[in-house]
Amino acid sequence: MSLLKGDQERLMASNKTYWKNIDQLNPDNEVVQKMEQNEFVSKLPEDFLTDEKTLEDSSTSRRDFLKYVGFSTAAATLAACEGPVIKSVPYVVQPEQIRPGIANYYATTIGDGFDFSSILIKTREGRPIKVESNPDAPTLGCANARVHASVLSLYDTLRLQGPEAKGKDISWDNLYLQTGAMLKALSATNKKVVLMTPTLASPSSQKVINNFIKVFSNVEHVIYDVISSDAALNAYENYYGIRGLADYDFSEVKVLVSIDADIVGDWQGGGFESGYAKSRIPKGDDGKAEMSWHIQFESNMSLSGANADHRVPCSPAEQKNVLAYIYDSLTGSSSGSSLPNSIKESADKAIIRLKAAGVNGVLVSGIEDETAQGIVLAINSWLKSEAFQPESPKLIRQGNATSVQKAFKEIKNGTVKGLITVGVNPVFTTANGSKLGEAIKNLEFSLAFASKKDETSEVSKFIASTPHYLESWGDYEMKSGHFALSQPTIRPLFDTQQFQDVLLRLTGENIKYYDFIKEHWNASILGSSSWSPALHDGYFSNGKSAKLTKPNFSAIDPSELRIATATEMSLILYTKTGMGDGQQANNPWLQEFPDPITRVSWDNYLTLSMTDANALGLKNTNTSNGALNGSYASVTVGDTTIKVPVLIQPGQANGTAGLSFGYGERLGLKSEMQTGVNAYSVYENFQKIQSVQIKKAEGEHEFACVQLHNTLMGRGDIIKETTLEIFNTKDKKYWNAMPQVSKNHMEFDVTSPEVDMWQEFDRSIGHHFNLSIDLNSCTGCGACVIACHAENNVPVVGKAEVRKSRDMHWLRIDRYYSSAASFEGDNNTKDAISGIGDSLSTFGEMEQASANPQVAFQPVMCQHCNHAPCETVCPVAATSHGRQGQNHMAYNRCVGTRYCANNCPYKVRRFNWFLYNKNDEFDYHMNNDLGRMVLNPDVVVRSRGVMEKCSFCIQMTQKTILDAKLKGEEIKDGTFQTACSNACSTGAMAFGDINDKESEVSKLLEDKRMYHLLEAVGTKPNVMYHTKVRNTDDKTI
Amino acid sequence: MASHYEAPIRKPLVTGDKSYHDVTVDVAAPVEGAANKQWWIVFGIALTAFLWGVGCIIYTISTGIGTWGLNKTVGWAWDITNFVWWVGIGHAGTLISAVLLLFRQKWRMAINRSAEAMTIFSVIQAGLFPIIHMGRPWLAYWVLPIPNSFGSLWVNFNSPLLWDVFAISTYLSVSLVFWWTGLLPDFAMIRDRAVMPFQKKIYSLLSFGWSGRAKDWQRFEEVSLVLAGLATPLVLSVHTIVSFDFATSVIPGWHTTIFPPYFVAGAVFSGFAMVNTLLIIMRKVSNLENYITVQHIELMNIVIMITGSIVGVAYITELFIAWYSGVEYEQYAFLNRATGPYWWAYWSMMTCNVFSPQFMWFKKLRTSIMFSFIISIVVNIGMWFERFVIIVTSLHRDYLPSSWTMFSPTFVDIGIFIGTIGFFFVLFLLYARTFPVIAQAEVKTILKSSGDNFKRLRDGKG
Repeated sequence: MSLLKGDQERLMASNKTYWKNIDQLNPDNEVVQKMEQNEFVSKLPEDFLTDEKTLEDSSTSRRDFLKYVGFSTAAATLAACEGPVIKSVPYVVQPEQIRPGIANYYATTIGDGFDFSSILIKTREGRPIKVESNPDAPTLGCANARVHASVLSLYDTLRLQGPEAKGKDISWDNLYLQTGAMLKALSATNKKVVLMTPTLASPSSQKVINNFIKVFSNVEHVIYDVISSDAALNAYENYYGIRGLADYDFSEVKVLVSIDADIVGDWQGGGFESGYAKSRIPKGDDGKAEMSWHIQFESNMSLSGANADHRVPCSPAEQKNVLAYIYDSLTGSSSGSSLPNSIKESADKAIIRLKAAGVNGVLVSGIEDETAQGIVLAINSWLKSEAFQPESPKLIRQGNATSVQKAFKEIKNGTVKGLITVGVNPVFTTANGSKLGEAIKNLEFSLAFASKKDETSEVSKFIASTPHYLESWGDYEMKSGHFALSQPTIRPLFDTQQFQDVLLRLTGENIKYYDFIKEHWNASILGSSSWSPALHDGYFSNGKSAKLTKPNFSAIDPSELRIATATEMSLILYTKTGMGDGQQANNPWLQEFPDPITRVSWDNYLTLSMTDANALGLKNTNTSNGALNGSYASVTVGDTTIKVPVLIQPGQANGTAGLSFGYGERLGLKSEMQTGVNAYSVYENFQKIQSVQIKKAEGEHEFACVQLHNTLMGRGDIIKETTLEIFNTKDKKYWNAMPQVSKNHMEFDVTSPEVDMWQEFDRSIGHHFNLSIDLNSCTGCGACVIACHAENNVPVVGKAEVRKSRDMHWLRIDRYYSSAASFEGDNNTKDAISGIGDSLSTFGEMEQASANPQVAFQPVMCQHCNHAPCETVCPVAATSHGRQGQNHMAYNRCVGTRYCANNCPYKVRRFNWFLYNKNDEFDYHMNNDLGRMVLNPDVVVRSRGVMEKCSFCIQMTQKTILDAKLKGEEIKDGTFQTACSNACSTGAMAFGDINDKESEVSKLLEDKRMYHLLEAVGTKPNVMYHTKVRNTDDKTI
Repeated sequence: MASHYEAPIRKPLVTGDKSYHDVTVDVAAPVEGAANKQWWIVFGIALTAFLWGVGCIIYTISTGIGTWGLNKTVGWAWDITNFVWWVGIGHAGTLISAVLLLFRQKWRMAINRSAEAMTIFSVIQAGLFPIIHMGRPWLAYWVLPIPNSFGSLWVNFNSPLLWDVFAISTYLSVSLVFWWTGLLPDFAMIRDRAVMPFQKKIYSLLSFGWSGRAKDWQRFEEVSLVLAGLATPLVLSVHTIVSFDFATSVIPGWHTTIFPPYFVAGAVFSGFAMVNTLLIIMRKVSNLENYITVQHIELMNIVIMITGSIVGVAYITELFIAWYSGVEYEQYAFLNRATGPYWWAYWSMMTCNVFSPQFMWFKKLRTSIMFSFIISIVVNIGMWFERFVIIVTSLHRDYLPSSWTMFSPTFVDIGIFIGTIGFFFVLFLLYARTFPVIAQAEVKTILKSSGDNFKRLRDGKG
């Protein structure tokens, strides 16, 4: 009906004719015709100043002349008073329809050597302001937290603003001239030059480099993965003949055995979480639902371990034993396993399950050992695992540790005379980097392509400033046959050149890199397809698969793995979800991003088990305001000793310690961001596992941890969970009971209108938004946290303020450890408490996490309660309820009593304790013009003294509604999004309109796993959670 | 009045064989005499503390609430603790002057003037906190339901904070009027005695042209009675409404139906303690021992003992109800209160508020000036902790353990609190030197019945 009406209106609009004159009735009227042809009825005077005759005829008197002179002088004077010049940022190409207030999206790709993703970039008035996943991209189409944050790195004030030579600014022409001459000289004398790049995974860049090497034959191209995947690459190359990594799709997996593979983290380039999460949701008919069973053998507590059904802490050596044991059992070889009983039991379970699952099982491993990785390939081939897809290798890791080490050696011993680094910083990212730095300093020629000052560019003779990926062209082959393109979304902010352009010019090819990519694609990738659609989509698949050799696993010999024994203490280096390899260490969003596991921001630290920490006398304490402190430990690997703060990590295997990369850099970072210690300094031989001595050191470190209490205290109604067996066999009332309240000795559901004191509003008209969060598929990856940061201009407050529990995140992901072996155990412990004395001691014990706890994640944002406790208490009515279910916050009206925050049972409200923008005390992106360019113009920046919180991204829902109104269409389900639901690549978050009975959220609302957080308080939230089902029963096999 | 029969157990309320003229001279002495050195020293200290507080307030307002120790979980701490503490202290004045007036308790006459002064000065301190604790105190007037140009914006009448605004402002204005009414004949007395023209001018302004005619006295009595009637419900309402700030919330430890009576008892408790603190010093310094006698102090001690016991019962009831409710969050909140990280605050409160007043069962102790003074201080420390315990221990560990944290004050938190104590004493010290600190007109009405010389005279006749 409404559609019809809209159509009529539009029809009317197009046919309307406005009569200007009665004469128009007669189409032959002369005046009318003349009017239609000429804008003015009479002819305008032309050239009256140049024509001498008219000039003479004119009657300009002396007085008139003086008037004109006076006016001109005054006008010229006024015109000279120029207003302040604001350098605007121009568009790359002026879009045809750029309208202020309307966002434009571009598909592009990030590939920085560590993170590779197909993404969409939201631009407003020509500024990229947000990264979103590219949901259509078939490969790596999901952006993680770092990728989401990368847009802010574009507006980093410490980026290099132009090329430099020996510390002085230089023009590009000069740079070409000088470097070209030096390269030619080196080439003429055939002195070796190394070109060191990260994994580019870029067909055209490879071609550029090949052409460059053709001209300068003394140049050797070395691919340097800062964090090596060498073992897996070597193993794959051995068996399949190509340097790449086997791909996995975990979405249909029934049994997943992971031996130290952080599959929801950065294992083998990452990007597996969406598939993984699909397998974690119980699917199927009532009573017969199935989900995957995931066992994780690992030393550090990783995200994957936290999500696993069974997590077995074991040392790196034991991991090897386990792998050998599983291999032996599966292949029936004799096994000389000496595994401790507890681990052996778990390994046996894994074996039984794997055998039973057959093609639905898969085994993955992050053990850095070529044999081990070979065994993984062999086991999966033997299982004929459907999740295992070796035929289309991932190409986003190609580094070769041996050739990198050879290159470093040659640089140090003088065999290599020249070095060109591209976006890598080996002086910082290698052990003994300073020696390498000295060597680089002494080279005849060194050129660093860098986007910021770093330790390597510091010692290089020339620095070529490179643009951010959002200012660059590029192409990628992330997986064999799967291509992606990146395009600039803004004209370069600084005087930068892509390294491809520079190499092309040095090679003497007179072509821009953009044209080069296009040519290359048209010639060898696109086939019959055309360029523009591929660029528009950002990805392209030509279906060609790599030519692989047929693997032969007969020669595998796991004997070495069988007998691997643990060193006294092993250090396991890892990458943190927030910081990865540390390229974006100057990004305040990522610095303030709390680690999903430890919930510590602004730091890296040595994770140790409680047992080991106690033995070494290392402590974690809380100060009087709750802030976390940790002892320092001196960590010695070989000759290197570093002083690292200690964080006691439940679930850490005894005899192991974890330390993350990505911190400790000093150059190119604002002083606020210079946090943590450099783990690369002990990354000897690119081995993530190092034998280590740990001693207590002097002093105490101050952490900035956003969650100071780690256990759930037996509060099972906060995170409801059950096991698959109970889920299948028992009634909902058993495992997801609605809290009851008694009235006149009758029990009612707390949501029943019978016990409600309020008059319910009619919420059936219009939209009513709900957000659904599935605790089964939420992996805790934190992409939503950064997306929320970017969308809502959430301020960064810095380490000192976070330490005071004043983080501003609108969306947080609570992480709980069980105190008993499981959360169920905690509930039982709490229920079994009897008497005062018992409760005193038991609650005290429940504050301590178990040595190997179960872990649960729970994203919490404003619950948008229909009966909101915050709304009733605000004296000035600054927070009130919207007709669409949102709890609104009128910042302008807020006087800042904080009563609402106190009365919020979920503690999601955040107060602006200080002025967080344009304040030198908070020198983050909101304190400089460049950084402020990332701000979303649709969301107001809050001032000091007001309360803020999640708004359900009302600016996004309103835009959807207005767009639909303009188009006269009904809104389809899935169109409504929030920043977090949009960023969630696992599908754990779904947002929509529950008044649309066909919508996904409406169905999720009726799901039997659905519950509301703290239902008993009676707040009636518009955020729902779905009970976490764990596949922990052994009976089901 | 003299004809009124008085039981023989009634002890004289005015000692030292005072005549009407003696009363006048004794009450006017501190106003007419010069300040001694001690006064200047104490005033200097109070003024310094006050100025320090002003500095801290300026720092807070110019920089942000972040200068305090609050965080995302504990949104109120010392600010509202101090607010409730000062409001509580302000309770004794009205109770003494209004409720005891209605109950015809004559012993109030010696203390009501100072008790009411204390009320007004402490309500001023209390009123400061709701304003400065705001993130944007310059917009504090938005909590008033005044016509505005923001459109149809109106205050939220559901909010207990708004009720506070009405309760406190009503209380302050009624107390002020009541106090001033009582002051009129006494100001007039000083006016009449003043020799310096400037003083005469000032006191004649302050006494609103009191002439001492019978009509004046009649109106005076009537107004006093009416205001006492008005003020009596306020004694109950103010702290009831303050307790609603907590009682109407959903936070375990706050959401408690016992709060209104419990808060009122606590307020009377702390108010009487503060009256004791002030008067024990003042009777000595201003030579008023004959008017504020040990008997007065003893009676106040009894009130302290009773209200302290009521408060103690309330504490225990809270614990019982938490257990009886069967709500795990409620149970944990109270368990945590007594045994959690802030156990020391809870047990300070328990010791000061519940145990220490029990000493007053002993006549020897409750008639000991020194002991009364110490207990009065202890009680006020205890009552400060009570509010701290209610506010901070409930907030710091509520529903979701992920948000649990701790609170620690900064120097600004402490500075502002000390500043208000300084401000309070600045006002009180100025009052002690410029106002008739005893309602001499009223005392004179009971001189013939309760003065020791007249009592003796009567007894001798009998």
